[in-house]
Amino acid sequence: MLLYSQIIQYVLSGVTIGSVYAIIALGFNIIYNSTSIINFAQGEFVMLGGLTMIFFTVMLKFPLVIGFPLTVLVLTLIGIIMERFTISPIKKPTVVTLIIVTIAVSILFKGIAMLVWGKDTHFLPPFSGEKGIAFMGASLNPQYIWVVGITVVVVVLLSVFFKYTIIGKAMTACAVNRTAASLMGINVKRMVLLSFVLSAAIGGIAGIIIAPITLMAYDNGAMLGLKGFGAAVLGGLGNFYGAIFAGLLLGVMESLGAGLIHSGYKDAIALLVLLLVLFIKPSGIFGVTEVSGFKKF
Amino acid sequence: MDKKDSLTLLILTVCLVIFPFIVTNTYYISTMVFVGINGIIAIGLSLLMGYAGQISIGHAAFFGLGAYTSAVLTAKLGFHPWGAFFMGILLSSCVALIIGIPSLKLKGHYLAMATLGFGEITYIVFNELTDITGGPSGIGGIPKISLAGYTMNTDIKYYFFVWAFLLLILTLSLNLIHSRIGRALRSIHDSEVAANAMGINTSKLKIQVFMISAVFGSVAGSLYTHYVTFVSPSSFGLFFSILLVMMVVIGGMHSVWGALIGATLLTILPEFLRALKDFEIFVYGAVLLLIMIFLPRGLIGGLEYLFNRLIKKV
Repeated sequence: MLLYSQIIQYVLSGVTIGSVYAIIALGFNIIYNSTSIINFAQGEFVMLGGLTMIFFTVMLKFPLVIGFPLTVLVLTLIGIIMERFTISPIKKPTVVTLIIVTIAVSILFKGIAMLVWGKDTHFLPPFSGEKGIAFMGASLNPQYIWVVGITVVVVVLLSVFFKYTIIGKAMTACAVNRTAASLMGINVKRMVLLSFVLSAAIGGIAGIIIAPITLMAYDNGAMLGLKGFGAAVLGGLGNFYGAIFAGLLLGVMESLGAGLIHSGYKDAIALLVLLLVLFIKPSGIFGVTEVSGFKKF
Repeated sequence: MDKKDSLTLLILTVCLVIFPFIVTNTYYISTMVFVGINGIIAIGLSLLMGYAGQISIGHAAFFGLGAYTSAVLTAKLGFHPWGAFFMGILLSSCVALIIGIPSLKLKGHYLAMATLGFGEITYIVFNELTDITGGPSGIGGIPKISLAGYTMNTDIKYYFFVWAFLLLILTLSLNLIHSRIGRALRSIHDSEVAANAMGINTSKLKIQVFMISAVFGSVAGSLYTHYVTFVSPSSFGLFFSILLVMMVVIGGMHSVWGALIGATLLTILPEFLRALKDFEIFVYGAVLLLIMIFLPRGLIGGLEYLFNRLIKKV
């Protein structure tokens, strides 16, 4: 059954790339929930994560276990700098102003990355070799297991954080109603800063795990960010589990579309499905209608 | 159009006529042609964003539809440039109607995503429909357009040609804004529910404005095609769509004049920054960021503020 194992192969790579879209979508949601901003620099966090990891492990030859946390640390710093110097100084923010600010930041990040890493595409060796593992007639790249495994860990940690810690609960409260949260003594501004830190960190993780599969260059951020945004919207903006489901769905569709229909149209197929879903259910698969209508431009 | 607008329009026209006599460098004239082309799309987008309050991150698609219709019909099928020009307008408005009906029901970020998706799909189609569009390598050998016996074959002629179009479109837009439709649009921007309650058919009006802005995009696309006489998909991607939105916002969303200022700045700025080589992207991002942080109402908002302070002092 050649077609059967082919489909298995496409689904495997689809789930892998979909996990990354899901993490990026979670990053969008975390910032969206605490600020109603769509952070168009989210994709650049992913790019910076991948390239920073390459800097530590390939150029400085640090082992993975040290390079990984160091990269996440660098990204949290980038998140802090971005929020303090670009989001927080704006006095009367409107949604469109904030969108343009985050786009400007993404251009800035891209420019910095080009100055630091040059225009070349960089390679990050897979975490545990490249020898494929036979799986139901398909070959499973060990990096796929790393990607899916780390995604599961990130999702579990985030769920625990939002459900069982005081800070996580405070952030959830901000997402539900910012005014009420601030009346309860929650420092909303600090939560905004924290949301940027968290998004930058998990964006960085997405970059680290995907770099061995797709390689990384200074201009890769935009497309990854776009897919992540697509997943966040498809799942219903701000919806945690919707983002994961939609990310995986987009990844698998893209991979099947590329393999079975035409590789040039892979992005178009994923986007077309996204548009159709939005036209049928304007608030995304799991979105609530009121949420979809509340911000005007 | 009110008195202030007419006066500004007059001053602009005079400046535009004088410009090529003072600046004879063809490089500057050619940059001004691109300012005009981008300005036409930005004005259309500002009607949609600033007045109707609907975002579109896919307007490069309409620019591309106009450009490709002109290119394919004239270079491959031997159409008359003006025939192709109007076919482009027809195609863009039809596509805008088909895309607009379901999309404009969406709101906020969902609308942003839908228009972005539409723009990307169009871009991919330009790339993949190799038989018609020539794929990534594009279409060359597009004939020049002529008007009243004059072939637009020099930069100077094209400069006047494009800016005449822009002034026409600007006048139309200013009249539209100050008409009943313009007031209705502003009411949608402020509150769609209230506008509906006042008896304005908001969904119809939003689609109409979307179509108008698509037509402006198509016009700019055709003008672009006959100027550079070559089209390839890379000019019509996501980056250009985002650039158009930035032109409108950086210039000042609440005014079509802002769109024109934004288009001028964002077209000329990269030309200046080119000397910085590798630092180009970095400085470009920094300039945009500073404008947005310090002038959240855009450049025109800043100008208005300065002007008002000046008047108070006098």
